[in-house]
Amino acid sequence: MKRFSTLILLLAIFLTGCSSASSTPIIDSANQPPRTLTVFAAASLTDAFTEIGNNFQAANPNVTVTFNFAGSQALRTQIEEGAPADVFASASGKEMEALVTGSFVTAESSQIFLNNKLVVILPTANSAGIDSIEDLATAGIKIVLAAEEVPVGRYSREALDKMNGSFGTDFKDKVLANVVSNEDNVKQVVAKIQLGEADAGIVYTSDAVAAPELVTIEIPTDINVIAKYPIAPLVESANAELAQAFIAYVLSDEGQAILQKWGFASP
Amino acid sequence: MIMLGLFLLPLIAVFVRSINPDFFGYAFSKQALDALKLSLVTSTITTVCAILFGTPLAYVLANWKIKYKSWLELLIDLPIVLPPSVAGLALLIAFGRRGLFGSYLNLIGISLPFTTVAVVMAQMFVAAPLYIRSARVGFAGIDKQLEEAASVEGANRWQMFREVMLPLTGKSLLSGAILTWTRALGEFGATILFAGNLEGVTQTMPMAIYLGFERNSGIALALSVVLVVVSIFLLALTRRLDKPDHD
Repeated sequence: MKRFSTLILLLAIFLTGCSSASSTPIIDSANQPPRTLTVFAAASLTDAFTEIGNNFQAANPNVTVTFNFAGSQALRTQIEEGAPADVFASASGKEMEALVTGSFVTAESSQIFLNNKLVVILPTANSAGIDSIEDLATAGIKIVLAAEEVPVGRYSREALDKMNGSFGTDFKDKVLANVVSNEDNVKQVVAKIQLGEADAGIVYTSDAVAAPELVTIEIPTDINVIAKYPIAPLVESANAELAQAFIAYVLSDEGQAILQKWGFASP
Repeated sequence: MIMLGLFLLPLIAVFVRSINPDFFGYAFSKQALDALKLSLVTSTITTVCAILFGTPLAYVLANWKIKYKSWLELLIDLPIVLPPSVAGLALLIAFGRRGLFGSYLNLIGISLPFTTVAVVMAQMFVAAPLYIRSARVGFAGIDKQLEEAASVEGANRWQMFREVMLPLTGKSLLSGAILTWTRALGEFGATILFAGNLEGVTQTMPMAIYLGFERNSGIALALSVVLVVVSIFLLALTRRLDKPDHD
């Protein structure tokens, strides 16, 4: 009996030692020690990834998924400064490229897992009486955008550049003159509109879906900007296999269905 | 030793990492100078307001017998320990355009969020209690007999305040004011929630540092160094004041 349990123990040590080299999908049994998967994800992914994480945990009872949601730039800097992460999901390719350059991520392992569009959001009351994109240039209304430093803020300004072609060359300047605050992340833009403190904001479609009480104005594709979100495992990850399994789940039909439910589009 | 390491190493890291050929370009960029100017102006206004409105309050709290005084003192001290995010949210839902009181202000055409006034309000909320606390302790430490003597001599209230109170409490008032000033200079959480972030209007130094971090950590580090140096200077000033007189 004693010999048998020693054998089991040896076998367990052997299997754990081998697991990093194997490429088979995770089938987490109760015998495995509890593990934590740390996912750094763009703030706009908060709702969708929380749901995906819960499902992943349910399928792998010994795994705890921990998220760090913040602006993609902040996450990138944290990783560069040595924050321990297993997976990075960014709202823009720029940050992922920087991590590839710094050898934190390999170029081959990074893949686009979703698209996200911009949309204009208004408070439920819409007291400023905005009913078209052109109204954003009306003098005196209060607009909040994400800061130029975060991806959605950069995309918003790119979209305004495109709108100059449709609504006149000074459209962007007029809209920017109405900006009362450049928020540090997209969720803050939503919050300011929800509280009715500003008259309009530009956010991702997914953020509008997460705040169904807000009024939305679609931005036509020709003047919109499509954000492509890349995901990749970190080279330094201590849970390479788990990281792969998580990414595979995000890319699976089930994962993509959850993302679509939260307003994202499949790539 | 561990404590010292915890305090000093991050500061050393900021200085070491900020050494970079673009340092002066970052530290003296228009955005940085605008932010520094706004920070200095708003924190000075905050300090002046704290002195103007806080001194009488501290005097009353230290000398008058008021019902529920300890509860009042607790409420005034509360913002010191409250997370700034709570302060910002509270200010926003109180004085915001749709806020509990802000909606009435809005009716007469006053809208506070996203203005420089909002920056000062946020700083007042979190930093003025430091001054009031320090002033209260100062006033409470005055020997009652001195006041009585002065009033026997026929001093009126103002004379008593100027001739007796001020010389005796000057140091605690001043060190309280500098604490308020430095805290206001570093205010971030309440400001970003209540006042937002717009260059030249509401973007203070801590905000520029936070957003600089999102763009390029070099900018954030250069601005951090500037703020650390300004804060060290102000704190050194308080220390000089706290020391007993040598002359």
